[in-house]
Amino acid sequence: MRTAFFRELLDLARADDRIYLLTGDLGYSVVEPFMEQFPNRFVNVGVAEQNLTGIATGLALSGKIVFTYSIANFPTLRCLEQVRNDVCYHNANVKIVSVGGGLAYGPLGASHHGTEDLAILRSLPNMTVLAPADPVEAALATRAVVAWDGPCYLRLGKAGEQPIHTDVPQFQIGVPIELRSGRDVVLLSTGAITRNAFLAAEKLQQQGIDAGLYSIHTLKPLAADWIAQVARETKTIVTIEEHTSIGGLGGAVAEVLATLGPPRARLVRISLPDSFQKQAGSQEFLTRGHLSVDALVRQVREAVQGI
Amino acid sequence: MNPANAEHLARTIRRDCLQMTHRANASHIGTSLSIADLLAVLYTGGLHVDPAQPGWDGRDRFVQSKGHGAAALYAVLAECGFFPRSWLETYCQDGSPLFGHVTHHGVPGVEVSTGSLGHGLSIGCGMALAAKHDGKAHRVVVLLSDGECDEGSTWEAALFAPHHHLDNLTAIIDYNKIQSLGDVKEVLALEPLVDKWRAFGWAVREIDGHDVSGIRASLSGLPFEPGHPSCIVAHTVKGKGVSFMENRLAWHYKSPKPEDLARALAELGEAE
Repeated sequence: MRTAFFRELLDLARADDRIYLLTGDLGYSVVEPFMEQFPNRFVNVGVAEQNLTGIATGLALSGKIVFTYSIANFPTLRCLEQVRNDVCYHNANVKIVSVGGGLAYGPLGASHHGTEDLAILRSLPNMTVLAPADPVEAALATRAVVAWDGPCYLRLGKAGEQPIHTDVPQFQIGVPIELRSGRDVVLLSTGAITRNAFLAAEKLQQQGIDAGLYSIHTLKPLAADWIAQVARETKTIVTIEEHTSIGGLGGAVAEVLATLGPPRARLVRISLPDSFQKQAGSQEFLTRGHLSVDALVRQVREAVQGI
Repeated sequence: MNPANAEHLARTIRRDCLQMTHRANASHIGTSLSIADLLAVLYTGGLHVDPAQPGWDGRDRFVQSKGHGAAALYAVLAECGFFPRSWLETYCQDGSPLFGHVTHHGVPGVEVSTGSLGHGLSIGCGMALAAKHDGKAHRVVVLLSDGECDEGSTWEAALFAPHHHLDNLTAIIDYNKIQSLGDVKEVLALEPLVDKWRAFGWAVREIDGHDVSGIRASLSGLPFEPGHPSCIVAHTVKGKGVSFMENRLAWHYKSPKPEDLARALAELGEAE
């Protein structure tokens, strides 16, 4: 995803000299092409995320389209008040990019686990929140945030994710992308874990459960009307996210469903627990209890069977 | 905005601030009085701004990072014609655009909203960087409080500006030596403040922040050193101009009662 993001960003920056890339001293071996091709529009501000975000705001208020780039919680939570007061309150054209969403940096420890970002960023006025499902969507999302006038948060996985899409889908901020149709259950997934959801849906098919799957690449603005429609037309909705159980995709969908009268779908939320990781381990190890393909198959099957 | 009128404008700002904080039962009169002379000089030729075209691309950018001095900024903007003086009567009132901390929404002439300390200098760095890259001649001036120099983010920006040779950026520090809960030297000592900024790579001058001609002379000498951002450490008195408010922490919080207002206005003298 990171590679797809940078490839697309370079392409966009060639065509639009308003595009700046600011990093908080991270991005070894990935930011260099931008730095070399656009030295005036690349700024490493140092290990100073509050300043990073304030500078981005000042540049944006001067007509630039500014990407801030760092990993996990550094470009978001470390400087959350700058994101809120400077970027969002001024509706500044700043695009915050975090690599390593969820538990992608699993072995590095809780400091590097980006597991509450969607809930927190989603609550900020004027903020648009994107979590593309695979490298194909990551590239499309990069293009979309440049075209979108205003603050955006782009949550990326890390590197090496296998694409889900075999061709280039239509991508519009706020419009879910269908990855599979299915009539027994609708899976709504966000971010890189969608790959597991896709594989789980294939396994469920073999077990006689016909699961639809949609990439909810935009958490805000949420496709609330579309979700309400799905809730009326299906019995069970399952949300899947590599994020705490509070306030992310599951929370957002629950907010929509809670406003609907019957008949509406039952909602099952699959997420990370509301707790810190206490053991080191890979992304696969740390998510195995909840978000591995097999764990998803089991939970979706239970949801469909009403267990 | 005749430069000769800065002293008169400063007195008017002080009168406005007293009336605004009295009417709204609002805090921060001390901090507003502290910066009245600085703002008066900035808005009588110190800054290149045009009330008739607040969004003019060639304007100097002024960021009041000490957002709690909002009354003084609103007063100077109104007195200079950015918006009607009658708006000042709505300060902090229901439905007014004039919040108690500096707000840009719906307020012509306000560049950036502030209120939480330690944000403005970073934004100013971004504006100065953009101006450099675009070959634009306008300047960026950021007004900070002394208490704001407690914020780590202020020093992040203080490191950045010299590294990037932002000599189109000026930080003015309203050094009135009283912060929210006490004297600066008691709460968290800043001294040697000038040496700190100098060590970070800024070209620094110390001035009397109430001496109109001294303020003007320092602003007309910008940048102090080509290739370096400029820092003006302005020695000020919190509550300046009203004897019973000067150097009194309580006036960070208290709002003038009718008798306080009458006494303060009498001390300041008539606006005209």
